[in-house]
Amino acid sequence: MSKSPGPLAEEWDLIIQPKTGWLDLHLADLWRYRDLTMLFVWRDFVAQYKQTILGPLWHIVQPLITTTIFTIIFGKLAKLSTDDLPPLLFYMAGVTCWSYFADCVNRTSMTFISNAAIFGKVYFPRLSVPVSIVISGMIKFAIQFALFLAFLIFYWMQGAGVHPNAAIALTPLLLLLMAGLSLGAGIVVSALTTRYRDLQQLVAFGVQLGMFATPVVYPLSMIGGGSFRWLILANPMTPIIETFRYAYLGAGAFNPAYLCYSALFTAIILFIGTVLFNHVEITFMDTV
Amino acid sequence: MSTVIEVDGVWKKYRLGVLGTGTLRHDVERWWHRIRGKADPYSEVDQTTKVESRKSKEDPNGGSGGDLSDDEMWALRGVSVEMKQGEILGIIGRNGAGKSTLLKILSRVTSPTKGEVRIKGRIASLLEVGTGFHPELTGRENTFLNGAILGMSRSEIKMKFDEIVTFAGIDSYIDTPVKRYSSGMYVRLAFAVAAHLESEILIVDEVLAVGDVEFQKKCLGKMSEVAHGGRTVLFVSHNLSSICTLCDRAAHLHGGSLIDTGVPAAVVDRYLKAFTSKTYGHTVNFAKPVTLETWIESASLLINGKPGTIAQTGDSLAIRASFNGSRPVRTLLFGVLVSTVQGDRVLSTNNSFLPWNGPKSAVQRGTITCDLGPVPLMEGTYRISIWYGNHPHHLQHEPNVLGFDLHARNIWGTQHALPQHFSLLWWDAKFHLDPAS
Repeated sequence: MSKSPGPLAEEWDLIIQPKTGWLDLHLADLWRYRDLTMLFVWRDFVAQYKQTILGPLWHIVQPLITTTIFTIIFGKLAKLSTDDLPPLLFYMAGVTCWSYFADCVNRTSMTFISNAAIFGKVYFPRLSVPVSIVISGMIKFAIQFALFLAFLIFYWMQGAGVHPNAAIALTPLLLLLMAGLSLGAGIVVSALTTRYRDLQQLVAFGVQLGMFATPVVYPLSMIGGGSFRWLILANPMTPIIETFRYAYLGAGAFNPAYLCYSALFTAIILFIGTVLFNHVEITFMDTV
Repeated sequence: MSTVIEVDGVWKKYRLGVLGTGTLRHDVERWWHRIRGKADPYSEVDQTTKVESRKSKEDPNGGSGGDLSDDEMWALRGVSVEMKQGEILGIIGRNGAGKSTLLKILSRVTSPTKGEVRIKGRIASLLEVGTGFHPELTGRENTFLNGAILGMSRSEIKMKFDEIVTFAGIDSYIDTPVKRYSSGMYVRLAFAVAAHLESEILIVDEVLAVGDVEFQKKCLGKMSEVAHGGRTVLFVSHNLSSICTLCDRAAHLHGGSLIDTGVPAAVVDRYLKAFTSKTYGHTVNFAKPVTLETWIESASLLINGKPGTIAQTGDSLAIRASFNGSRPVRTLLFGVLVSTVQGDRVLSTNNSFLPWNGPKSAVQRGTITCDLGPVPLMEGTYRISIWYGNHPHHLQHEPNVLGFDLHARNIWGTQHALPQHFSLLWWDAKFHLDPAS
């Protein structure tokens, strides 16, 4: 649809039309509703722990158990390389990053399905829901990251072979990349699930398997020149986790070019996701 | 007064049923065509797709068939209406006339298929109160959350917070999780939040049907207060009386088209005439429902024991239904509702509330009669709805299937008859005088 007819068009605050352009992203609306986004973040956090005993402590229990199990299975039993790092720290670094990414993808991909009732009743920028999920995931990430730091300091003082270095300054960038990547992937899926429900199952499964295509339980160095090295490298999460490990533990493949690839990938998927999401949000209520 | 809402030829198409399994392939094919079309503007495929897509954009015309396929329907057919600032517009129409669809388009929950809506100012819509309330959060927390969902900023809510709580009348429970609220408290808080939204336009669906009478009055009062404050209200209701008392103008939607607008009383009057033009007989026959094991085949209205549709004050009414079944049943439920043509429920009863001599053994066929006796109804036109079934299983519900006109008669033989709008009911009261000696 083109612009509304008549010379008085500027007078109107809002024009509701059949189809907005593909690039009409309403990002200003998202900003105007930033209070709502933050309230969603806060609701997620508060509501999740009301009437639980451990509360946010769950965030610490989860990675601890996962890391321990990984250490036993992949470290002790399978004897996978950990780049000569203390296995516990090695796995914890991977698990902390990956679980943030996986959580965000899983939850944002459900955006339309789990909010159908409220989306059907009132308008607000739908994007505020996945954005709030990614932000509230950061709270969890921060807690797990603090746990990781505590272990790191402990090992460091024990004189284990860990070498935190200047690359630590990249942490905010890494977090941002993970947030953007998971948001982008999540909203692409959420937009597609409104038409093809099967995707939802596929994604939960895919994310689970995706961990093995990412150097979470093994280091990139272990892949060597294997024939599927390109697959691991094409995975935009690979450079992020490897950089994270390199920064805090001192071993891992740190390559600015790989990181740039991740950033580019993130930008593209975020863009595609936003466009798809916006396109779906206006017709979504007719298809559920 | 300036125009704040301009609904301009809005059409809305809905697809019925579920999406077929072929959609993915279909979509991929279409996408492939489009991609090729763009890459190769000279190909023949491109020409046809272009023409097709242009045609469907320009001619989504329900009246003339257009591109409406078998599983699609028009919920709105070219609705145009304008609203001035400070006006209360009431929309009436039967179920499925497109009222909710129109509200949904105005509140941006869904988008029109064709046409345009132009709006000046902020819109707040109350399609359902309490949207987004989280049961685990307290009243205070939900007020902020719900306010933000409706489009308020945090500082705005803070400013209005006390007012909201006072309006809802739940001061002492504000820090209790809303899951412990009674449904009345829940609705009161939810409405209070929405009513205090600083918007230029308020869209209200029939949410007011909930809550107790006193609170409903408060809500209606708030709505007219809102309108007198220069804000515009769009109100949808089945309750024609509140449309008449509250609105400045009414619009009648029928089958997705706006067929009448004007002064509420006049529009409502014409609506009722159209609605009642279907004359009621004293007996009505029903098609056999497929899923029920016992059903009524016909029902009659008896006035003083004889089938009829015209009654006079003081006449005895009875509804008799003949039922049939696929097997004998014992627990028959029969219910009757008498309502005014405006939709106000005046009188209702069913045999599960009252003592009755139910069948001693299971029955398969027979008649069941609900004897209302002399009903204390005033002059007017009434509708009767019937429920029937093998309690507590699925019921056969036949809304507004019988009707009668009641004419006034002075049953007491006094000098003055009761005026028609004196009250909803008359009562055969006894008056005593005891002079002080």
